[in-house]
Amino acid sequence: MVIDLFYKLNRKRTKLDKKGIDTGDKPIMTKCPSCKKMLYTKELEKSVYVCPNCDYHFPVTSQERMKVLFDEGTEIRLFDTITSRNPLDFPNYMSKLEKDKEIADLNEAVRVGHGKIDGVDVVIATMDTRIRMGSMGSAVGEILARAFNYATEKKLPVIVFTASGGARMQEGILSLMQMAKVSVAIERHSNAGLLYIAYMTHPTTGGVSASFASVGDINLAEKGALIGFAGRRVIEETIREKLPDDFQTAEFLLEHGQLDRVVNRKEMRITLSNILKLHCNGVKVDGV
Amino acid sequence: MAFDFELPIIELEEKVEELKKYATKNKIDLSKEITFLEKKIDVKRTEIYSNLTPWQQVEIARFIERPTTLEYIDAIFDDFTEFFGDRYYGDDKAIVGGIASFNGQPVTVIGHQRGMSTKENIERNFGMPHPEGYRKALRLMKQAEKFNRPIICFIDTKGAYPGKEAEERGQSEAIAKNLVDMAGLSVPIISIVIGEGGSGGALALGVCDKLYMLENSTYSVISPEGAASILFKDGSLKEIAAESLKITGQDLYDLEIADGLIKEPLGGAHHDKPFVFNETKAIIEQGLKELAKIKKEDLVDARFDKYMKIGDFVE
Ligand SMILES: [Zn+2]
Repeated sequence: MVIDLFYKLNRKRTKLDKKGIDTGDKPIMTKCPSCKKMLYTKELEKSVYVCPNCDYHFPVTSQERMKVLFDEGTEIRLFDTITSRNPLDFPNYMSKLEKDKEIADLNEAVRVGHGKIDGVDVVIATMDTRIRMGSMGSAVGEILARAFNYATEKKLPVIVFTASGGARMQEGILSLMQMAKVSVAIERHSNAGLLYIAYMTHPTTGGVSASFASVGDINLAEKGALIGFAGRRVIEETIREKLPDDFQTAEFLLEHGQLDRVVNRKEMRITLSNILKLHCNGVKVDGV
Repeated sequence: MAFDFELPIIELEEKVEELKKYATKNKIDLSKEITFLEKKIDVKRTEIYSNLTPWQQVEIARFIERPTTLEYIDAIFDDFTEFFGDRYYGDDKAIVGGIASFNGQPVTVIGHQRGMSTKENIERNFGMPHPEGYRKALRLMKQAEKFNRPIICFIDTKGAYPGKEAEERGQSEAIAKNLVDMAGLSVPIISIVIGEGGSGGALALGVCDKLYMLENSTYSVISPEGAASILFKDGSLKEIAAESLKITGQDLYDLEIADGLIKEPLGGAHHDKPFVFNETKAIIEQGLKELAKIKKEDLVDARFDKYMKIGDFVE
């Protein structure tokens, strides 16, 4: 427990340089909260923070995820200066957001890059729950809409890693409307015959689950991720019954026909690489 | 039934009744006093109803006697033929839809449907749809597109139903698919918030070319009660939450989310339903006329531009 906490604190101090390379020091050992085994942090990093002993998926930051996805040195960061305002003058919203931004070293709860996976060009957006629980306000909506519009223009596939508590309530109706805004951009991208892979990670709930997270041409989810529209407590209060433990897990959704695949993070890159190849330049068309 | 904020009006009305009875019983002329009090009632009524707080508007928007989708359809459209079912699972009575004639023009009409009594509310799940409701709505929208009919949606829901089966059958996917597919429909879409517009469950009928709201309707990312308990950690602060969230028709018009407001009689739509139906009909007429000017092939682009503009951020 103590070590676990130490790891988290340390991660907060971790600073990234301009290229997004981790320059901070990390503890040598990390304890798995599931099987309690002590693990070499270096080894853990190599396995994209999946416990080699029990397969527990540690939470990962958007930076850590993006680092393992793109072919080295291919990533161009996009729209990373966009950040939120306080359109409804909601008390304490900006001060809380500023704190989160500093901790996550990001301007908003989604990070976008254009790069290559095994040589295939792709736009990847990764949400980050360290900023206001990954909630979607005007800035997140704008960044995602632009990511799709950019990909439409350049005829590129898009992968979105969702991780969000839903709409950002402090922005009221403007946050709800971002669901529509991103959807409109997705429609145009889809209409151009381009591939969109929605990749749901822990947790994907509320307005994000009920918009772009669920409408990929291919809907993937990370092993063990919590995914759902309404919160468990709200449902239990509404139907006055206790829900099963596996309710709203990725595996539960797969069982109910809501997902194309549940993916172990260790196979994240290869799974995406295969899908991309089969849609893009891996399949030879027009004799190219 | 009355709202707490209407009590001063009701007290005065009761006083007038008492005076009238007293005058008749004792055969004395109290007409001056009565006229005076009646004027006072008018002043009080104007004062209260013209200064409704956002929370009071929420109460009006949710009122069981407030006109519902089927009443609007009955009053504004002709030859409504209701269609049922999503073709996959079932028929969700929390959403109604079908085809009708609007001033002689064929249209598709869809809306959330609350009950007009407690019994009907139970049948209609209080206007809170399951996935099959949204899938029925989308099926009817695609049908409208095929036959080139404009789509009119009435929004009136606390939200999509938070239930076990709703999750199992893909509540998120059902809403999400509506958002994306509505974005691409090649026919005009007008959405009108007539009561409560509750979050994603409302938006799933709300990706449109023209969004209109009744003056006392609300449209919000979360209910004021929900916001109070999550953001302020105190459910009793719902009145403050209602104000902070900016959820009234006027708020949304000021934020340039709503394209127009529909006038209500003093005290809310239930005080004069025919008036509200007329106002609603007029704004639909105006909306359809404006949208008819946009070429079919430009409609989706115009909708794209409309939504791309929404948001407030810095760069
Ligand atoms: Zn482990």
